Amino acid sequence: MHFNYELFLNYLIQGLANGALIALIALGYTIVYGIVELINFAHGEVFMMGAFLAFTIVAATGITSTDPLYQIVGVFLIALLGAMIFSAAINFSIDRVAYRRLRSAPRLAPLICAIGFSFILQQIAIYWKGPVSISPPPLIPSDYRTYNILTELFGLETKVRLKPIDVAVFVITIPLLLLLTWFIRSTRTGKAMRATAQDQQASALMGIDVNRTISTAFVIGGLLAGAAGMIALYYNNIARAQMGFRYGLFAFTAAVLGGIGNLSGAVLGGFLIGFIWAMSDGMVKEYIPSWGAQWTNSVIFGILVIIMVFRPSGLIGEHTTEKV
Amino acid sequence: MAMLELSEVNTYYGNIHALKGISITVDKGEIVTLIGSNGAGKSTTLLTISGLVPPRTGSITLEGRSLTGMPAHAITGLGVVQSPEGRRVFPRMSVLENLEMGAYVLRRVDPEDLERVYELFPRLKERATQKAGTLSGGEQQMLAIGRALMGRPKLLLLDEPSMGLSPILVDQIFSIIREINQQGTTVLLVEQNALMALSVAHRGYVLQTGEIVLADSAANLITNDMVRKAYLGEE
Repeated sequence: MHFNYELFLNYLIQGLANGALIALIALGYTIVYGIVELINFAHGEVFMMGAFLAFTIVAATGITSTDPLYQIVGVFLIALLGAMIFSAAINFSIDRVAYRRLRSAPRLAPLICAIGFSFILQQIAIYWKGPVSISPPPLIPSDYRTYNILTELFGLETKVRLKPIDVAVFVITIPLLLLLTWFIRSTRTGKAMRATAQDQQASALMGIDVNRTISTAFVIGGLLAGAAGMIALYYNNIARAQMGFRYGLFAFTAAVLGGIGNLSGAVLGGFLIGFIWAMSDGMVKEYIPSWGAQWTNSVIFGILVIIMVFRPSGLIGEHTTEKV
Repeated sequence: MAMLELSEVNTYYGNIHALKGISITVDKGEIVTLIGSNGAGKSTTLLTISGLVPPRTGSITLEGRSLTGMPAHAITGLGVVQSPEGRRVFPRMSVLENLEMGAYVLRRVDPEDLERVYELFPRLKERATQKAGTLSGGEQQMLAIGRALMGRPKLLLLDEPSMGLSPILVDQIFSIIREINQQGTTVLLVEQNALMALSVAHRGYVLQTGEIVLADSAANLITNDMVRKAYLGEE
């Protein structure tokens, strides 16, 4: 059977871009879990709210794809920053208002609370932008929507398409990942987060304000989710109140797959799921005609089950590496 | 004025009355020890001072300033640093990072403090990059004490520093406690090893089921009949 490598590369690019988005969201699950052992089920909605605010900011500026490029880039960055801050503020507030009061309550209490917030945020989103899918204001100039960097810039004769939006995903995601790694590994607050994740009482005895450190974890998770929201908005060119569900579920799965509480694990899991997602949605059809995107969830969760059976603590076991 | 003063402190775990009206003073420059059997409330006393198990009634003051109701991290910020029972080092952080966490309250690590800890415990310098969880019990104990010293404590609370250590290491740890004290740190020491504790301490308190039953100089306690029978294993 002929292997269509150009098609494969196209889906690989799509998979990596989606994987980067999932990784950004997954980090929020894993950082929070690492420190308070709570699955923040509202996290997908925190991501969605970031996308919605980015939408609102872009619409409010009135800048569209026909305006000068520097204005478009400027608006894109403002919307990105706005979404990050907004999502961080939501995540911080949920913890402050609800989870913090339930710190010593049974595990199920904050968990149910998180599910509750997930619905509350979805309803707010529906009230805000309506129940149907909406397209964001066109921001990317039409020339660039079909622009293939590989042919136009590198002169390659190929059907493999690398679009500016794909590149934008990596240009935003990779520095964020590096920044996060540096922050957790080298800063005083980052180290305090790791210490708190390992032993809260001992951390308090070191003079670390545990509540503040936990808040920081929620803020960081929110910042990353907001960035993912803005990127997803223009990567998929669509937004809806339920968009946080699938991304959230995949990101949560990525975090578990990689080893919950483990930062590199979340990123690895994110890219893995992004890859499987893209392949199952498109590539497999080439070889199995009856295959379709409807199988993607089954494949992803099937793989999750298999990995959990053989490696219950995830791909990157938590004894060998750092947990936050 | 006493450096640390506990007066009529009552602490509960739920309905369990763990400390029953305890009054203790520690003066500047002293080593004071709390001895007593398992469950007497020694560790609870330290946790109460550190604010991890706040007292229900009674007062705790440091240099005249009330600690009652303060969160644990703020109490550490005032210079009351505890090396807790069971060491509680951060297992997935390196030895150096653990020491850095000890200096968290100072905002930055003073290389001289680090040098001093390495001088007291050369072993820690050799293992600086190793994960704390991979250290032996004795090394972890050194790390726990070293970590506490990195915060430049006015008052060092040590909970069972000799637990699980070989006799040679126990001697070593106690001579270091004496050294730390001579360098100017006030020490409140909780120990099951009463003989060792009384041999380094200036004064001691004997705890029994949450109450202080004896308070005297270490020299007097070590010759006290009741102490000798109950805690020093003599007939």
